[in-house]
Amino acid sequence: MQTRKLTMGAVFFFLAMIVYVGNVLGILFTVILNSASKGWYHGLLPKIITGEWYAYVAGDHDIAYLLFITFLVAVVVVAVSILVAFPAAYVLSRSEFRGKGALLSLFLLPMIVPPMTYGIPLAVVLYKFHLAARVIGVILANLVPIVPFVILILMPFIEQVGVNLESAAQMLGARRWTVFRKVLIPLTLPGMLTAAILSIVKTISMFELTYLVAGAKSQTIVVALYADAYAAGARPPQAVDALAVIYFLTTMICLVIALRFVSPTQMVFKIK
Amino acid sequence: MQGGLRGGRLVLLIPALAFVLLLFVYPFLYGLFLSFTNATGSPTLANYGRLFLDPWELRTIWVTLWISVPATLINVALAIPFAVFMRHGMRGEKIITFFLIVPLTLGTVLLSEGMLSYMGPNGWLNQLLQAIGIVSKPVRFTHNYTGVLLSLVIQGFPFAFLMILGYVSGINPDLEKASRMLGASRLSTFARVLFPLMVPGIAICFCLNFVMAFSVFPSAMLLGEPSGPTRVIAIAAWQWAFEKFDFNTASAISMVMAAIELMVISAVLVWRNRMYRGASMVGKG
Amino acid sequence: MEDFTSFVIKDVTKEFDGKTALTRFSLSISRGEFVTFLGPSGCGKSTALNCVAGLLPISSGEISIDGEPIDDGRRKVPAEKRGFGLVFQNYALFPHLSVFGNVAFGLHIRKMPKAVVNDRVRAALKLVHLEGHEGKFPAQLSGGEQQRVAIARCIVLEPRLLMLDEPLSNLDAKLRVEMRNELLSLHNRLKVTTIYVTHDQQEALALSDRIVVMRLGRIQQVGTPQQVYSDPANLFVADFMGFKNIWDGELESVQERADGLDAQVAVAGMHLRARLSYPVGDPRRDALLAASRGDKKVATAIRPEDITVGKAADGSCVRAKVALVEYQGQASFVTAYADNGTIIELRPPAPVRISDMIELAIPQDKIFVFAGSRD
Repeated sequence: MQTRKLTMGAVFFFLAMIVYVGNVLGILFTVILNSASKGWYHGLLPKIITGEWYAYVAGDHDIAYLLFITFLVAVVVVAVSILVAFPAAYVLSRSEFRGKGALLSLFLLPMIVPPMTYGIPLAVVLYKFHLAARVIGVILANLVPIVPFVILILMPFIEQVGVNLESAAQMLGARRWTVFRKVLIPLTLPGMLTAAILSIVKTISMFELTYLVAGAKSQTIVVALYADAYAAGARPPQAVDALAVIYFLTTMICLVIALRFVSPTQMVFKIK
Repeated sequence: MQGGLRGGRLVLLIPALAFVLLLFVYPFLYGLFLSFTNATGSPTLANYGRLFLDPWELRTIWVTLWISVPATLINVALAIPFAVFMRHGMRGEKIITFFLIVPLTLGTVLLSEGMLSYMGPNGWLNQLLQAIGIVSKPVRFTHNYTGVLLSLVIQGFPFAFLMILGYVSGINPDLEKASRMLGASRLSTFARVLFPLMVPGIAICFCLNFVMAFSVFPSAMLLGEPSGPTRVIAIAAWQWAFEKFDFNTASAISMVMAAIELMVISAVLVWRNRMYRGASMVGKG
Repeated sequence: MEDFTSFVIKDVTKEFDGKTALTRFSLSISRGEFVTFLGPSGCGKSTALNCVAGLLPISSGEISIDGEPIDDGRRKVPAEKRGFGLVFQNYALFPHLSVFGNVAFGLHIRKMPKAVVNDRVRAALKLVHLEGHEGKFPAQLSGGEQQRVAIARCIVLEPRLLMLDEPLSNLDAKLRVEMRNELLSLHNRLKVTTIYVTHDQQEALALSDRIVVMRLGRIQQVGTPQQVYSDPANLFVADFMGFKNIWDGELESVQERADGLDAQVAVAGMHLRARLSYPVGDPRRDALLAASRGDKKVATAIRPEDITVGKAADGSCVRAKVALVEYQGQASFVTAYADNGTIIELRPPAPVRISDMIELAIPQDKIFVFAGSRD
């Protein structure tokens, strides 16, 4: 096709993108501006800018603790996931056996089934074993969609490290565990890094599971945000928006860091 | 060390297997068990009865379908032309993809919360629409069906678009050239060649999008009207679990959710199998 | 679509991202002709094909049929309206359609009635010897079968021009020869004007009425297979068509005749005589004459099979020691080193052994001399 030709399709596409992106930006900026404004009920821009809502939020919530729990959960979930997923991904990449397809489907099921569907039975079980309303419960619940996610990410990375490299190491006298340690793990480090970053971003924004399982002292920031937003009358909406901005900054910073290591498309296909 | 599953390798699978069995399969089975028993442990169908025999609860199924099916159709139907258009790559691809990723990473809660202000009666959207002259009074986007639908589209479209884009990019470009050489217009090429080959990808995309939409929860609560018009099935399940503390009925409702999702997925897969008989070959030569 | 009387490609240039893929490509094609674009990868042959097909717009120049331009650098007739057929290197069969569906595709586009479609598809499949395969899907076919379906898909539409883009390169050697023969018989039967693209000189020689040898976007020579084989226009064509013994030398003297040149060349101390049939006006003649007045740098080329063992008619000879013998059945490929270090490749009819000292003659009328050097 003659390059640079402006077809009807191109115009349509760009318009649609502008509408979409415009609205998303509109949503974000509304939240940001609202969180720092006073008395902004009509008009294009707020008339008064103030930091008082952030002070309010700081007094209302222990922000530091909230962020601590959020990252604690994310990091532990990621670490455990990689430990559990790596060996499984290794076997699934290297071996062929009857029932492999079924097993793979079983592993991927928690990623496909939406959290609200299995979340309630999961919460019931965790309550039964007195694991709920504690950080450990939140961690366990968040593991469920993340482990398959990490398996899915790691598999192509492991496949990329050809079998021949392991065979070569064996021929040179290395035992299984040494092969793992000195060949496989170093070469799949980029994959694990990718998995870790994507998982952290995903865990921070995962809502339903944590909501069903968390107690007052084991909330992540997104759950706190929901609680504030839902209990609409209990606090000023600008304060809710202030907390939203803090959450937004947290996720965005992680997203931007993540994008230095992975491409945007990789994020989606693995993100759900 | 390519090969079958020898003893050593089986061991490596154990952690993941244990994890899936303990944290997923067992809760699910336990939930199934709970759904058929009552608080004292004796078998009963009363839990399902509470869902199917109470019109107030039963309607959640229709409400949820009424929200999720149109949302999914919109997402997939919009994603297809855009993905087809962008399949050969285009300028600004990275930026566009970045902006599509943002809503996905931010999550439903933030978006719903933001939409309350942005799409509120005095928010920017209404201000803009009135300024342009499309409407003369503010449109009601929040605390109703529309808001929830919009949030599902805002979140669902990028996912559908990127997924179908990935799929369509994998179709051998020579197939289109061959079609053109044989005399087919671009539209004809789309209908006779591209679309049939996209069907498997579209089917999967529809399924994934649908299950996400069907289990909608935070936006139905925040942005919708959970007391009535947007009381979706997930809300019902949650209320039985955490407001009435009846875990048996809540589990029953979760089981019904899963069942409905399964039925829709099966229907889509049947459609897909009927449309695309050719082998899995979509790749090069 | 009706057949054409004249098909002219004039001065076509194609640029991509700052690189020029085709420079001033000009060619006239006669109806029913089998023309091959021959050259190594990157020479522009596929680009030229795609421009003719209408899949790529040209940057400048003109392609016209019967005087009407189909692409003049500003506007072009889209590919779907040109009525040409294109067989792709990887066949590009529609995986979701059966063999019948693939072959019938173009007919369905043209909304032909069912009975007509049936007849024509069956006839086309018969032509490529694939009767009975209508119900199969591409994934169930072998490479050769897929290719025949691709061909059938084009010829069922009775195109006025058929193009094939390296159709045999994905087949194994034996199949390649079989398919080559089939293509030749097909062309003899249907007499469709054909443009064929390949890097394989054997295919080009076997199939073509004319060959267009290309390099880095430019035409090097256009000629019949005999011309391109026996009378290469420059060193590149000679090399590509199997000439060896390409040596850098110095032009000692040159004598003009009406129908050619006699040249004496010194190659590392060896004195060679060449009787060249470059007529007046031939660019090779002009270049060589210019070299004789200038830097005197030339390069020689001669086919291994043209070097004879034994003294030449005038008693001159080159002595060389056999270094490598590659047994090839009928005759062997022999590499020998002359006293002055020159590497000579020949195909002696009688067997020789390594370390044998042999006397060779380089026939005057078989050796080519070109101005310039080996690059």
